[in-house]
Amino acid sequence: MEDDAPVIYGLEFQARALTAQTAETDAIRFLVGTQSLKFDNQIHIIDFDDENNVINKSVLLHDAGEIWHISGSPADKAVLTTCYSKTSESRVLTCAAVWRMPPEWESGNHESPDDSSNNPQTLELLCHLDNTAHGSVACVLWEPMGDGKRVISLAENHVLLWDLQESSTKATISSSATLEGKGQLKFTAGKWSPHHNNTQLATANDTAIRGWDLRSMSQIYCIENAHGQLVRDLDFNPNKQYYLASCGDDCKVKFWDVRHINEPVKCLEEHSHWVWSVRYNHSHDQLLLTGSSDSRVILSNMVSISSEPFGHLVDDDELSDNEESQQEDKGKEPLQDSIIATYEEHEDSVYAVEWSAADPWLFASLSYDGRLVINRVPRALKYRILL
Amino acid sequence: MSSATTPPDSDPNGRRRIHSMLKLYYGLNEEGKAADQAESLDPCDINGPHFDPEVYLNKLRKECSLGELMDHESCMVKQIRSLDSDMQTLVYENYNKFISATDTIRKMKNDFKKMEDEMDCLSANMASITEFSARISGTLQDQHAQITKLSGVHTLLRKLQFLFELPARLNKCLELQAYAQAVSAHRRARCVLQQYSHMPSFRGIQDDCHVIMEQLAQQLRQKFRDGGSSAKDLSECVELLLQLDEPAEELCDKFLSHAQSRLEADLQGLEAELKDSAVTDTGGGSVQKTSPGSNPVSPSSSVINPFLSPTAGTDILEFIDRGCNEFVSSLCLVIASYQELFINRPQEGELASKNIPEMANGKLHVFVDTLAARYFSLVERRIQEEKGVSDNSLLVRALDRFHRRLQAISKLLPGSAVPSHGTEIVVQAARQRIKQYLSALQTFYHDSLTDVRQALAAPRLAVGGASASGGGASSKDATPSLPELLASLSNFILNQLKSVLASVHLFTAKDITFSNKPYFKGEFCSQGVREGLVVSFIKFICQSSRQYCESAGDRGGSTPPALLLLLSRLCLDYETSTISYILTLTDEQFLVQHHTPVTPVTALCAEAREAAQKLLNHYVKVQGLIISQMLRKSVETRDWVNTIEPRNVRAVMKRVVEDTTSIDVQVGLLYEEGVRKAHSSDSSKRTFSVYSSSRQQIRYAPSYTPSAPMDTNLLSNIHKLFSERIDIFSPVEFNKVSVLTGIIKISLKTFLECVRLRTFGRYGLQQIQVDCHYLQMYLWRFVSDENLVHFLLDEIVCSAAHRCLDPSPMEQSVIEVICERAVRADWSDAVKANSVF
Repeated sequence: MEDDAPVIYGLEFQARALTAQTAETDAIRFLVGTQSLKFDNQIHIIDFDDENNVINKSVLLHDAGEIWHISGSPADKAVLTTCYSKTSESRVLTCAAVWRMPPEWESGNHESPDDSSNNPQTLELLCHLDNTAHGSVACVLWEPMGDGKRVISLAENHVLLWDLQESSTKATISSSATLEGKGQLKFTAGKWSPHHNNTQLATANDTAIRGWDLRSMSQIYCIENAHGQLVRDLDFNPNKQYYLASCGDDCKVKFWDVRHINEPVKCLEEHSHWVWSVRYNHSHDQLLLTGSSDSRVILSNMVSISSEPFGHLVDDDELSDNEESQQEDKGKEPLQDSIIATYEEHEDSVYAVEWSAADPWLFASLSYDGRLVINRVPRALKYRILL
Repeated sequence: MSSATTPPDSDPNGRRRIHSMLKLYYGLNEEGKAADQAESLDPCDINGPHFDPEVYLNKLRKECSLGELMDHESCMVKQIRSLDSDMQTLVYENYNKFISATDTIRKMKNDFKKMEDEMDCLSANMASITEFSARISGTLQDQHAQITKLSGVHTLLRKLQFLFELPARLNKCLELQAYAQAVSAHRRARCVLQQYSHMPSFRGIQDDCHVIMEQLAQQLRQKFRDGGSSAKDLSECVELLLQLDEPAEELCDKFLSHAQSRLEADLQGLEAELKDSAVTDTGGGSVQKTSPGSNPVSPSSSVINPFLSPTAGTDILEFIDRGCNEFVSSLCLVIASYQELFINRPQEGELASKNIPEMANGKLHVFVDTLAARYFSLVERRIQEEKGVSDNSLLVRALDRFHRRLQAISKLLPGSAVPSHGTEIVVQAARQRIKQYLSALQTFYHDSLTDVRQALAAPRLAVGGASASGGGASSKDATPSLPELLASLSNFILNQLKSVLASVHLFTAKDITFSNKPYFKGEFCSQGVREGLVVSFIKFICQSSRQYCESAGDRGGSTPPALLLLLSRLCLDYETSTISYILTLTDEQFLVQHHTPVTPVTALCAEAREAAQKLLNHYVKVQGLIISQMLRKSVETRDWVNTIEPRNVRAVMKRVVEDTTSIDVQVGLLYEEGVRKAHSSDSSKRTFSVYSSSRQQIRYAPSYTPSAPMDTNLLSNIHKLFSERIDIFSPVEFNKVSVLTGIIKISLKTFLECVRLRTFGRYGLQQIQVDCHYLQMYLWRFVSDENLVHFLLDEIVCSAAHRCLDPSPMEQSVIEVICERAVRADWSDAVKANSVF
């Protein structure tokens, strides 16, 4: 069967921020935040109808400023955080806030899509993650699979752990850590590890990757010179607790075992410019998505370092029982680390890629010119992994 | 008798007739029969037997005249008369003879009667003599038997005497060291003694003899053991011992163990020498390091160093010589004399049945093999110590000698495994040597590179200065330029390789004994030299070049970019010519016959090209990153919102242009210009103005009107019309323009990405405009397609405008004025710099 063609959606503004709606497990839904200095910024809620291959969009107004980072709550699908830049007294500061989507957006959208764009509804501000003391926020991270009560913000060289109280209307810093060192240190990216009972965090600053223990707020490991240039993004393998992927300006994607930080486990060099985003598939961690400013999105199949065993999960007895299946399996066996596909639908730098939270075979990528592309894992591979 | 009596005038026929008549008379008719028959046929032949007077008379009457008849008649009468007289004479003569014969017979009758009487008398005498003789012999019979018996006793007694005297005799022989006599004497007596050993007296003698012979054997053994005696003595000794029933096996063992002790001493001498040299080796033999102060222009100073051999106590030739002269020659001697003694001896009697040669031969083989194994292990150790690669001829000569001497053994001992093992060692040594040469070459290559590195580090100023002057006219300082360095480097490597090939070639020289072994004819040339040395070295060059790319990549430019460039050119040169040259050279020198598959030239070339490509890509990356880093820092550290109105081009941009120019010069030294896309007629700095005025407004347009997704698609389609996808870190071609294009692409893309992360104030945007215009004025000339520069700069300004809080672009004319001023300042700086130089 032919693979479905990618679905392309264009935003009228430039955009960098993309997230899947983490708490939504039924509909395939992505949130995109725009960047515009002159106009009111928006959050586009993009619903993808898998059966009809159609995109439904709703627009929410985000008038606080241009959005640099967006992140959905894992517990409440209506709650999200953004990092936005605010200009005041000719000074630009990136702030962070927790928002709630107005409850009506969904129904209104479906009745008359055109109206909603003409008359967009506004997000409801729940609280600010006040960072005036700490400087610009690079990103906000929700506790993975948590109850939506804890977030971490990375501001300049500070790690701030917030407790959201009173249904997220009040945020207090429960603990913090500061990265000390020579020069102006600034976190560029971070990821909250879903393993170890959510007690670990990985951050990137310049060329180094650091691990933090959130209970003691102290550094537990540091991969100096993880990349030749700036590290742009990180992601934890959802199924293997010590494995971590990183990407950066040296065009490489590296895989680390944080217990052995001297050498990367694996290194990919497929992009021809900086790699801005790297994401593990939530269920099948051999699937890896990377987006780069060479305007390409690459889907790789990293079988050799995935949690799933090579090839198949068939028991030995079954194998001996069934000669045919063995034959078939042998045919399938050589699943090597490989690039599955390179997606070239973008014409500008791709700054964000995300897997859908609802459908593990679907992902979205966003380029600077506001183009959102939704793609699927090729069917052949999908069946091979599933069967 | 008849012929004498016939008258001489009678014709032959008449005489014949007489003869035949006489013959008839005496019954002698065998001879002359044919003649008679021939004559008899004619009835007119008067002498023939068939003569018919009637026919004859008629014939005469018919044929002859009267006169003739008369004559004939008278002649006939005359003949008849003469015949008649002849007849008469004969009759008389014969009559006389009859008479005398009758007389004689009568006389004989009388004589025989007398003789008969005498004979009777004689027979009577003889009978009496026989009778007497019988009587005498009867009397003598008894005495004769007695005498025979006595003489038997006599011989027995003599034998007994010999036996009784034997011990004394043997003793005497022993004293006189006449061993051979003793042994032969004993041998004679042995059987008898053995036979009569049940009699006590003989038993005593036997025991005595035993003791003495034991003593004798002891002495012989002693003599044998001493071994100082000549070969002849020794062989005699062995022979005697063998005759004494000494077990041959034991003798062989003894002989060999005796020889072994001597050979052992030789080996120990060698070993001691080996130890000595090992001590001195570790002391002074380590490869000297290159002195850091050595002149970088001529790495030759360090070049020789890895090839300096450790000057050990004795060189290998001496060692092998000593081994040959002492050990091998004495081993040969031992083999020869052993064979003389035990194997080639004519076998007689009982000894032959014991099959000594076979046993002895087996022992000899074992003996030779064990000793040779020890010798070989020593030689191997010595060869392994030969790490310095300075003088291969020495080693080759040593090996040759070693091998040659072993041939002697092979001649002496045809079935021995020793020579083949020796050949094995030579082969091993050759292999070892190839490995050593390879590693020496590798060391040499690394050292050369270190030298180049130093040379590059030193004249950094000069290159920078030259490029700052804008055109790179003068790099004619004391320090060498890149092309010179490249040429010298590649020359050094090539020369070194050639000299190594020459050294290795010694192994296959005609006068070397082992050069005609199949290994040296085939495998050594193809697998050893070609693959193991030349191909490996080329591969090593590529490999190490690639390592420069990999190791330097993460740790950030530990390799100077110029070195990368140089190596890339080196690899490229290898690809184009050097590899095929080297391999052809090798194949010619070694007459390589490719029995086994060898690495083809194309594969090597491909590898070299790949390495060259990788190096050049890496060079582009490194240089691009250096410039990128400058641009990034300059964008990131500035507060673009609160900047002042631009008055000048930022210094960073000047640095970028300077660095780009110097890179241009650097690359231009090693790579060709390359092709540019045809310049449009208006390809001047003026073209740049297009984007800032007209195009920019078009690009801005969509963003001012909030639009449906359709419009954005349209925008990107328009966008697409203007540009193709640009691969930033893409492979470059082997020319200057392509390299520069790569570097500039990387730099400008970084610039773009950095700009997109910032927010600009009004003057921030204007500063970017000025900077980009300035870059445009310089950079277009470096790249293959100036539209690329236009596009990227355009994109930068657009992005800056997007990111601007108050986007009011600067007037194009003002930008131009500022940039012109900057350019003029550059020129005056350059002139100043030139005058300083």
